[in-house]
Amino acid sequence: MSILKVQDLHVEVEGKEVLKGVSFEVRSGEIHALMGPNGSGKTTLSLAIMGHPKYKITKGSIILDDEDITNLETNEKVKRGLFLAFQNPVEIGGVKLSTLLVAEHNRIANPSGSVTEIIQRIREMTKTVGLSESLLNRGVFEGFSGGEKKRTEILQMMLLKPKFAILDEPDSGVDVDGLRVIAESIKKLKEENNTGYIIITHYRRILDYVNADRVHVLYKGALVASGSMELAKKIDEKGYEGVIKS
Amino acid sequence: MFFNTVKDGNVEMTEEKLSLDMNEILNASIEAKYEKLNQSEFHRRIVESGLSRGTIEEISKIKKEPEWMLRLRLKSLELFEKLPTPNWLPDILGTLNVSNLELYIKPDVEQTNSWDQIPKEIREYYDVLGIPESEKKYLGGLVAVFESEPIYSNVKEELTKKGVIMMPPEEAMRRYPDVFKEYFTKIFPVSDHKFAALHGALWSGGVFVYVPKNVKITTPVEGFFIIGSEMEGQFEHTLVVADEGSYIHFIEGCSAPQLKKYSFHDGMVELYAKKNARIKFTTIQNWSKNVINFNNKRAWADENATIEWVEGSLGSRYSFVYPSTILRGQNASSTSLVVTLASGEGEWKDSGSKMIHAAPYTKSKIVNKNIGFGGGVNIYRGLVKVNKGAKGSKAFVKCDSLMLDEKTKAYTFPHNQVLEDDADVAHEAHTFRMSEDQLFYLMNRGIDEKEATSMLVLGFIDEIMKELPFEYATMLNKVIKLELDKLGAVA
Ligand SMILES: Nc1ncnc2c1ncn2[C@@H]1O[C@H](COP(=O)(O)OP(=O)(O)O)[C@@H](O)[C@H]1O
Ligand SMILES: [Mg+2]
Repeated sequence: MSILKVQDLHVEVEGKEVLKGVSFEVRSGEIHALMGPNGSGKTTLSLAIMGHPKYKITKGSIILDDEDITNLETNEKVKRGLFLAFQNPVEIGGVKLSTLLVAEHNRIANPSGSVTEIIQRIREMTKTVGLSESLLNRGVFEGFSGGEKKRTEILQMMLLKPKFAILDEPDSGVDVDGLRVIAESIKKLKEENNTGYIIITHYRRILDYVNADRVHVLYKGALVASGSMELAKKIDEKGYEGVIKS
Repeated sequence: MFFNTVKDGNVEMTEEKLSLDMNEILNASIEAKYEKLNQSEFHRRIVESGLSRGTIEEISKIKKEPEWMLRLRLKSLELFEKLPTPNWLPDILGTLNVSNLELYIKPDVEQTNSWDQIPKEIREYYDVLGIPESEKKYLGGLVAVFESEPIYSNVKEELTKKGVIMMPPEEAMRRYPDVFKEYFTKIFPVSDHKFAALHGALWSGGVFVYVPKNVKITTPVEGFFIIGSEMEGQFEHTLVVADEGSYIHFIEGCSAPQLKKYSFHDGMVELYAKKNARIKFTTIQNWSKNVINFNNKRAWADENATIEWVEGSLGSRYSFVYPSTILRGQNASSTSLVVTLASGEGEWKDSGSKMIHAAPYTKSKIVNKNIGFGGGVNIYRGLVKVNKGAKGSKAFVKCDSLMLDEKTKAYTFPHNQVLEDDADVAHEAHTFRMSEDQLFYLMNRGIDEKEATSMLVLGFIDEIMKELPFEYATMLNKVIKLELDKLGAVA
């Protein structure tokens, strides 16, 4: 059983304070939803947790199982079991997707696997998340559709089997089949690996699918509401206005 | 056996050292660039530096050369004094502490075809680089040049049986005077520029290869050049003639340990692919970071022939390399793929391929990729020329720069001269800066900063790496990673 604690996190971007003291905890096997209007700081939170150099933590800490990991290098956080699926992953034209997948598999998932095993695993997962194998030979995200990008992020989550996964809008711009594949993957990893989740989303649908435990609402850099799935239902019906004011 | 070493009985083992003041030669050349010296003053300065007709005659005598070669050297010396200094010669060369040039060193070893006969101290240079190993596994032939002289030459029997000639040029000049004389400095005339002329006057060592008609060599052959001591100049000459319908892949490797003072290198490569022949010429240049490197490379491609240049210009501090192909016959084609790396303050990599379309329906493709960091400077000067009459010719140029930090600079001076209306000449240029977001993404996949940086860099040159034989791609990989290690944290 692991626990990830975010304590009183203040984050500055380009000289502007975007997060103004955010705290929450996630335990293994729990699924938390993070909702909130555009620009409220959800992506900022996910990038700051992982240590993006532009998103400066000015106060507060991130604790993983009693270790303060606030200032660790990003790759060290990943080694300890954190994972982020990006809302808008950047294109990396020169690096082939297959090269990246093999590299991360070797670093994180199974450093001792043989090349043929790795490739076999990657092939299988590519199929499971419904991606065409031809994408493996392309530059990372080079000419990928929105849905293909999201599936590629989920593929990597499945490969790395993190203790905690932050998924930043994994359901935006994804077709119905894609949504199902993504939700199934989340559930599967929860069952097999007891992964804990923070799922950033605007839609109730994915949360119903995976049966989220808690829902938080972020507004102007602070958590303004927390509750059960009822909260997501309310947002779905009345919009953010209703929950932010109440 | 193909190569007979001159064994005992020949007691000419006295080391000959003719020393030139290279600082003086470079300074005079730079002053001449600004017309601060007239020709007779330049001549006086050069003689003072130690380079005179007498010196040349001495070299030619030691090397027991035929009369025509002595005349060629003297003519080259004359041209060196007469020709204007090329404008790409940077003034900074005048301020460097360049060691005297040992014009002609006879190494303490005699040429051999057995590694066992090479003294340990010298063999070590090659062992570290895995040369004897890759020869055994991979190469059809190898000529190794240490200091100014070839010390090792061996060609596998399957090649000699097919009539392939591969040996140091000195020996080819003696044993195959006709074919040697026909092409030597014909493809790259010494009159081309000042340092080509200097090469003509002082050349020593190198490789000569002749591939007979329709002989296709499946294993690559290699020439490996090492600058082993301080005060060293290397003026090696490589001449490859591929007769009609033949194929050869020649790999040129260059290496030098780090020495205290600057060394000067002024080599020349001439390639001739006759009708339907194909030559692939791969260079892995990894001179130490205090070598001034001039490499004069030119090829002829006859009808339907193909020339492929692949170059990894990684080492040296100042480097000037412009692989050029003259497409002389209908349907001839050429590609030139060049990677340059400028990895430190003041490091200067001047490169640029040149394609001259001199016949109808000729095709060329240039891909130049330069990588810079730590304040290095990359300069591209390319040329595509389509002559009158070269109907239906096609040329494509791609010139990309990757800069890993703000201190680093890249300049591009592409030049197109198209004299035929229906020629199709396309040019692309891109400048990339490694982005923080890309690095962050890779680190989010568990890859550390160094590894992520080298993934981005190697990804950038993937197009060229693909063209290298596996062993050499691996070596290039390793060298680039070593260089990136110097980089420290990327801002
Ligand atoms: N790289 C950045 N540069 C400048 N401002 C930024 C940057 N990233 C985020 N912001 C600002 O921070 C605020 C929160 O943005 P973001 O975290 O992307 O919100 P959300 O993901 O909730 O839509 C916005 O006002 C946004 O403009
Ligand atoms: Mg967002």
